[in-house]
Amino acid sequence: MNTPALEARQITKYFDDPVRVQVLHGLTFALARGEFAAVVGKSGCGKSTLLYILSTMDTAYGGELLIDGVPMRDKNEADLAQVRNEHIGFVFQFHYLLNEFSVLRNVMLPAEKLGKLSSQEIEHRAYEKLKILGIESEALKSPNQLSGGQKQRVAIARALINDPLIIMGDEPTGNLDKKNGEIVFDIFKELAETYHQALLIVTHDTEFAANTHRIIEMEDGRIINKPVKQDT
Amino acid sequence: MKLPLLYDVALSLLLARWRQTLVAAIGVTFSITMFIALLSFMSGLNQLLDGLVLNRTPHVRLYNEVKPAPQQPIDRYTGSRQHNFIRSIKPSDELPRIRNAPAIIAALRRDPRVRGVAPKTQVQVFYNVGTVNLTGTISGIEVEQEDRLFAFGDYVVAGKPLSLKTVANSIILGKAAADLMLVGVGDVVQITTVKGNHVQLKVVGLFQSGLLDIDKVQSYTSLATAQKLLGEANNYITDIQVKLHDFTLAPRLAKEYAKLYEVQTIDIQTANSEFATGTFIRTLISYAVGITLLTVAGFGIFNILNMMIYEKMDTIAILKAIGFAGADVRRLFVVVALAIGLSGSGVGLLCGFGLSALIARVPFHPASLPTVHTYPVNFNPLFYGIGAVFSLVTTYLAGFFPARKASHIDPVVIIRGK
Repeated sequence: MNTPALEARQITKYFDDPVRVQVLHGLTFALARGEFAAVVGKSGCGKSTLLYILSTMDTAYGGELLIDGVPMRDKNEADLAQVRNEHIGFVFQFHYLLNEFSVLRNVMLPAEKLGKLSSQEIEHRAYEKLKILGIESEALKSPNQLSGGQKQRVAIARALINDPLIIMGDEPTGNLDKKNGEIVFDIFKELAETYHQALLIVTHDTEFAANTHRIIEMEDGRIINKPVKQDT
Repeated sequence: MKLPLLYDVALSLLLARWRQTLVAAIGVTFSITMFIALLSFMSGLNQLLDGLVLNRTPHVRLYNEVKPAPQQPIDRYTGSRQHNFIRSIKPSDELPRIRNAPAIIAALRRDPRVRGVAPKTQVQVFYNVGTVNLTGTISGIEVEQEDRLFAFGDYVVAGKPLSLKTVANSIILGKAAADLMLVGVGDVVQITTVKGNHVQLKVVGLFQSGLLDIDKVQSYTSLATAQKLLGEANNYITDIQVKLHDFTLAPRLAKEYAKLYEVQTIDIQTANSEFATGTFIRTLISYAVGITLLTVAGFGIFNILNMMIYEKMDTIAILKAIGFAGADVRRLFVVVALAIGLSGSGVGLLCGFGLSALIARVPFHPASLPTVHTYPVNFNPLFYGIGAVFSLVTTYLAGFFPARKASHIDPVVIIRGK
């Protein structure tokens, strides 16, 4: 419990196209287990860029990234894929479900990739996750039969299947109406408080951000304040 | 656990675009079918055409041509000291026989490289048709040897070849010659030898080689009858035909025998060089067409995979985001390509066999080949092997490059692009 789930040390990032622009200026912060943090800031301040670096999908950056105390710098592509599979759950603005598979199979896929459990166990877990999100009745449908809010919840279930250390979200409520957005928020909060998973959510929604444990506000590639709230 | 999952995902991708998958697989099926059918048919035709001449030709033929001795007696006297001006030297009065033929035949039969030896005596004759004389050649043969080594029986269209041996003074006439003389099996023909003897021979069979010019003049009789026609002893033999186990040795052995037995020899390669060339060119063309077909099918798979990868950018990105490595994605699309290739070529091999079997049942009655009734098809397993291996290699390559591209897709670019 002492090692932070995620630790960023002096993260810098340049975009080279069309001219060299520095988008992240040495960001340093840590995210503890069970902490629910929101990253806010204006468009183009680099929050999504930061998120993709933290998620290990973007490897062209400067500085150090540690997930569960393990540095990511010297890992190769296949190892990073393994880290993403096991320790990171990702929820995007768009749901990105695979229409070739049923809802249940979409949720099962990361666990099948991890390959630590038998397929019956994985199926059982997938049902559990869908139940947490209240959509277990849709399990056997095809993703394109679901509403936008339901799809997003399926995507969250998929992010949860391997019990990841950190759940990252890139505007997960951006495409949802207020009601569905609130449902998703409540689920996130429950994950942080009940299951002690760290959450790092990029959002534009100030109301959403205000209810999290911690707001990381960014401006022009820098963190401008780090007000740490008391745990509720 | 890892591979079955990849197969599963690959199958889902294939089924999601089953129309394109089917088209790509049909492309492979079609090309393999045509490849097999084309090669089987071409190779069958090749064998037929080669057999037309090559099977009837001895691998090495030993003979003795009438010609003046290279070292004339006068040369021995004059040597290099003086010149002689004697022109138009004539050969001595001797028929073109092989000297000491029985001993040579016995020696050849002991040679382990030799499959069989058939002696032959050529006789120039006239067929008497009323007052008209037709020129002809009668070959005295050992029927069993001739049949065993040169499929003589295949070309006897009427009567029985073995009657030559059982019936005294018998002849198997060329079909065209028999038609000219208006005789059939059981009739008697009269012939005149070059020495002026008249002989009556009973027709016991008709022979058709398929080459009209040969059928007009060529006839067969037994070795003993031929020797009798010439008035020679039973060791008079003009040709020794040798069939080898490995006919590629023919040129070397021809030289060896010429030196050893002091005769003239000709090997099959020299005698029929144009046939080998023709066979080679035809085989080359069929392989070229077949491989072109497979390559085109490969491009079809390449296109469809490329399209699939463009369509499935999101899927690839999300697979990478949830923990599939680039190598997994590459393997996934190679599996997709191989699945198309395997199913396509499997069906293609069956269809190719079916089409070949169908061609082999189409009636075909070439005048020159009385034993052939349908199109010749060579059901060589080698073609199926080549087809299967080549289709797998093509589809693997066709899948590998799009798959490599897919494995390099950066999920961040796709996801941010939305």
